[in-house]
Amino acid sequence: MPPGRIGARFEKLAREGRRGFIPYVTTGFPSLGDTREMVAGLAELGADVIELGIPFSDPMADGPTIQRSSQEALDNGTTVDDMFEVLRDLRRASDVPVVIFSYLNPVYSRGVDAFIREAVEAGADGILPTDLPLGADSELESRILESPLDLVRLVAPTTTPKRIREIALSSQGFVYYVARTGVTGAREELRSALAQEVSAVRSVSPLPVAVGFGVSTPGHARAVGAAADAAVVGSALVNRLAEGGVAAALALAGDLRRALDEAGR
Amino acid sequence: MTTPAGRAGRYGPYGGRYVPETLIPALDELTDAYAEARADPSFLAEFDALSADYVGRPTPLYRARRFETAAGVGPVYLKREDLNHTGAHKINNTVGQALLARRMGKPRIIAETGAGQHGVATATACALFDMECVVYMGMEDVERQSLNVYRMELLGAEVRPVKSGTRTLKDATNEALRDWVTNVRDTHYIIGSVVGPHPFPMIVRDFQAVIGREARRQILEVEGRLPRSVVACVGGGSNAMGMFHAFVEDGDVALIGVEASGHGLGSGHSSAPLSEGRPGVLHGSLSYLLQDADGQVAPAHSIAAGLDYPGVGPEHSHLLDSGRATYVSVGDAAAQRAFRELPGLEGIIPALETAHALAWVAEAGRRGEIAPPVAICLSGRGDKDVVHVSRLAGVDAGKGSAP
Ligand SMILES: Cc1ncc(COP(=O)(O)O)c(C=O)c1O
Repeated sequence: MPPGRIGARFEKLAREGRRGFIPYVTTGFPSLGDTREMVAGLAELGADVIELGIPFSDPMADGPTIQRSSQEALDNGTTVDDMFEVLRDLRRASDVPVVIFSYLNPVYSRGVDAFIREAVEAGADGILPTDLPLGADSELESRILESPLDLVRLVAPTTTPKRIREIALSSQGFVYYVARTGVTGAREELRSALAQEVSAVRSVSPLPVAVGFGVSTPGHARAVGAAADAAVVGSALVNRLAEGGVAAALALAGDLRRALDEAGR
Repeated sequence: MTTPAGRAGRYGPYGGRYVPETLIPALDELTDAYAEARADPSFLAEFDALSADYVGRPTPLYRARRFETAAGVGPVYLKREDLNHTGAHKINNTVGQALLARRMGKPRIIAETGAGQHGVATATACALFDMECVVYMGMEDVERQSLNVYRMELLGAEVRPVKSGTRTLKDATNEALRDWVTNVRDTHYIIGSVVGPHPFPMIVRDFQAVIGREARRQILEVEGRLPRSVVACVGGGSNAMGMFHAFVEDGDVALIGVEASGHGLGSGHSSAPLSEGRPGVLHGSLSYLLQDADGQVAPAHSIAAGLDYPGVGPEHSHLLDSGRATYVSVGDAAAQRAFRELPGLEGIIPALETAHALAWVAEAGRRGEIAPPVAICLSGRGDKDVVHVSRLAGVDAGKGSAP
């Protein structure tokens, strides 16, 4: 298969010697209008991939920030259809790669094939199901793997070396390295072993490696950029959005973008 | 002990391991440790000795003659899990899993609890084995089961109230899973029912299967025949799976699980996923689930904190689809009546959870819709519920009194 939009973007980054910036947004937080503005603004300031999150009632891999944003989005009545609508709107203006970030049940509930079809039609490039690890459901996994959507897989600090290789070989688009043993959430510091762990993953991965979970500041982004192909920032942006609205969150995103560009040089 | 689950922890299509990647190595480690333990005579001997000397097994199978008269069906036998140490079936599982945790060298234990019975049973096992113990409990349950909160603290556990989401068992389980994802290297999660990712539903069932094994032997001794109906309440489904397992191959024995219908099926205030849910993924496994059209998990309701859960163990989903078991439901009001009836009839105060099973047998008996002999799992005693029910009774009486 020719590389999709995600693969093409990473190839371009590699040619330019730059590091990727991957922001996460919870659809519907604090409102659907804000999500539309956020994704449009992120595309404009040069996000390389946008992770568009479907809020879920029971986000067991998430810390307090994304728990709250998810709950508030659901309280606002946000649905999977709303997420597709945001995506279709974005596609009218931008071809930035988009990965749908979701727990499995909203996808499963819709029917996996129906979900994939709608996601592709709306302009999604990949999907990252938090609770579908390699081998959990090979039948369901292969339906995604064989679809036009990239199945982005996660590697954790607890993953064994043998399994890291298997995951890297069956991931699509990129490999997501979870920067710490734990749930999502902004942090003061990154772990010191991170660079070494990331290089172990990169050494067996044919795909670019992005690092997320706890990446919060331009300083973190520079550190991640020195070790990995891209940085994912979620909770820190959601916090900023909650405190200061879209303009403040986009200002932080701009700082993160510049920090990653400095790391690439 | 008994047979493992089939292919990769599946019961028909149900079960599996839908968890964050971080937990996969711990689940592999647990699967291996459990397989080794089951093959190790010293592990089994220690488990059996503790079951006898500490838990108090075997529990009696008691014929409830005055209940029979009231219900219009007999013989009816009660499998007295309320007589276990700490007052419910939950300790069968926690002693077994604490032994496993010690074997794996994990000094820290976490658990979720609804009614508090599993929390108390976990805290007890941790005291026994000198392990650190943290129990997550929804804020609403902390309030309605306050006696058990104090018991856990006396036993040396730290109780962490959970204020997110519905503030009940579902959210306590989310918090426990988040703790486990964070501290997985030195922590074992003693899950309290036949739910969660593989191998938990299998391990919990195996440790609870002693209930049905004993009951089957005991009823054969006194009746010279098998029961025709085996009944248990279903929250996550551990006392029911424990009671059913030994009878699954006995095709003539009806297996009947009683879910909580709360304010009634269709009211949006129930806890009966097998009766009105559809398959979905929650807490690591695929099973029947209460959810909305968009796949968001629906809040559950039951007067019994231990049944107040929107999901159910995957093996029950398979038993439902295959037709091997039947699932019925009983609401808050009928469960309260049964809770008040049994003490006067038999001198036994049942847990509110168990009262659902008793209520169904009494109703079905009066309608002539249950075949004797009947064996009911009396999963726990009701001391923990006395304050809550008396408070509700006060409110009810006030509302109901004629001017
Ligand atoms: C006495 C008793 N029975 C039943 C239950 C429900 O759990 P399960 O369905 O796993 O037996 C509980 C749970 O707390 C309980 O305390």
